[in-house]
Amino acid sequence: MLEITNLSKTFNPGTINEKVALSNVNLTLQDGDFVTVIGGNGAGKSTLLNMISGVYSADSGSIVVDGINVTNKPEHKRAKYFGRVFQDPMTGTAANMEIAENLALAARRGKRRTLRMGVTSKEKAHYKELLKTLGLGLEDRLTSKVGLLSGGQRQALTLLMATLQKPKLLLLDEHTAALDPKTSAKVLALSDKIIKDEHLTAMMVTHNMNDAINYGNRLIMMHEGRIILDISGEEKKKLTVEALLHKFEEISGSEFANDRALLS
Amino acid sequence: MVLEFLQSLPSPIAQGMIWGIMAIGVFITFRVLDLADLTVDGSIATGGAVLVVLTTSGWNIWLALFVAFLAGCAAGLVTGVLHTAFGIPAILAGILTQLSLYSINLRIMGGRANTPISHRKYDLIVSSNENLLPQTILTAAIFIVVIIAILYWFFGTEMGHSIRATGANEAMARANGINTSSRKIFGLVLSNGIVAVSGGLLAQFSANADINMGRGAIVIGLAAVIIGEVIFGKIFKNFALKLFACVIGGVIYYIVIAIVLKIGLNTNDLKLFSALVVAVFLGVPYWKNQLSGKRSSKKDKQPKEGKADA
Repeated sequence: MLEITNLSKTFNPGTINEKVALSNVNLTLQDGDFVTVIGGNGAGKSTLLNMISGVYSADSGSIVVDGINVTNKPEHKRAKYFGRVFQDPMTGTAANMEIAENLALAARRGKRRTLRMGVTSKEKAHYKELLKTLGLGLEDRLTSKVGLLSGGQRQALTLLMATLQKPKLLLLDEHTAALDPKTSAKVLALSDKIIKDEHLTAMMVTHNMNDAINYGNRLIMMHEGRIILDISGEEKKKLTVEALLHKFEEISGSEFANDRALLS
Repeated sequence: MVLEFLQSLPSPIAQGMIWGIMAIGVFITFRVLDLADLTVDGSIATGGAVLVVLTTSGWNIWLALFVAFLAGCAAGLVTGVLHTAFGIPAILAGILTQLSLYSINLRIMGGRANTPISHRKYDLIVSSNENLLPQTILTAAIFIVVIIAILYWFFGTEMGHSIRATGANEAMARANGINTSSRKIFGLVLSNGIVAVSGGLLAQFSANADINMGRGAIVIGLAAVIIGEVIFGKIFKNFALKLFACVIGGVIYYIVIAIVLKIGLNTNDLKLFSALVVAVFLGVPYWKNQLSGKRSSKKDKQPKEGKADA
């Protein structure tokens, strides 16, 4: 499904701000894998997702999705393969456009945009049904501007947008980190439900070790631009936060440097 | 004196309507795409120059206006490519195009800084001649209605949506497969095409194309956009009405100018006055925000039952 080979990325090479973000990362995802990605600050988790989706170009290595080499494709051309939800609720939607218009934009991901209507009435009816499933009352606010929604509502909407057209891979980049705990749990449960219902392949970056353990069928841990731990199946089900921390210290030889992960 | 002033109103109204068309072009870049495009100072004169030169050399005036539109589109294309492919900030890209257009406009006019066109010799679409003013206002109104109708339709299409998304949130647009560079170029092309049409009409209205007719045009366009927003922002939510507000903003601007000239403002001080108007109208919404922000943050200090969102 996804095949990453020897992927490397250095930011600001040759300057005092040089930062190796990814170094020879290899990762293969099977169809239907739901991988949680965990690691300290600056470990390369977000960079990995941003390289897959094409925000950053690769220094070396390759990214192959379903047999298609996307390594050198610009971000907007890769978009048809990926659904994305971002950490900042502002990033995933257009605030001054209507809910229905946002959904319609996402429904056309990877398709030619023509001079046909931007949102048809048939689509609106369909979106209304979909929004009902979120249980947030958004189905009655199709023509409201997205800027009026709360952070949690916006993330739920972005999630719907990202999966409106079934993506080959769903990329969730700390998408609940900016929400309050209650809302965060709701959005997380919704993500899990959509991934299961639609049989999606997904990667979810999180700073919450419990979430990383409880969700998905596979967990990878990153440190200094490398994948240092890759656990799946029965072994993952038995994981505990303590065991995970212990493993981290064992492999990396340092303490887990992420207060948010330890405190949550 | 008041009566005399009222009798002189049709002229600033007509002028304001023609500048209102220009303001619609500015709205596309400034509000829809969130770009400040200074190309317009050049492309409005290009529109005027192309129209006058072609008409005086025997072209049909409507055809000449269409070519003026295309010339404006070309100017926008240059700015768009400088901005997206050369990575030049939009403001600077616009300034570069605007500067080069000064030379190009002189070339178009055969090296002359001013090319006259008279309503006596040519069958003009609009004119500031007193007898032709009613017809001019009607024609400008038709132009406005047609342009707004086309833009309203266009920005409701898939293509139009993608341009709006590009202006609203580039990261989101790209994540949804939109080529934001091409959309910015398209918006700049469309905007400058409309501005050049306004320039073509304006040259007829003032009976000449002048190399300096576009100096400070962006400020007048912004003034129209912002006056329209300040007055109608609360009630005009529909896209077509927002465009219409730009036109009304242009008309109000020119009526105000007529008043201050009547009161005795020196024409030489007009540009200073225009700049002040724009600065104040841009500043007022900002100050309002600052003030209300302070007030609401005070409110937040009082303990409030946390409302669970989502």
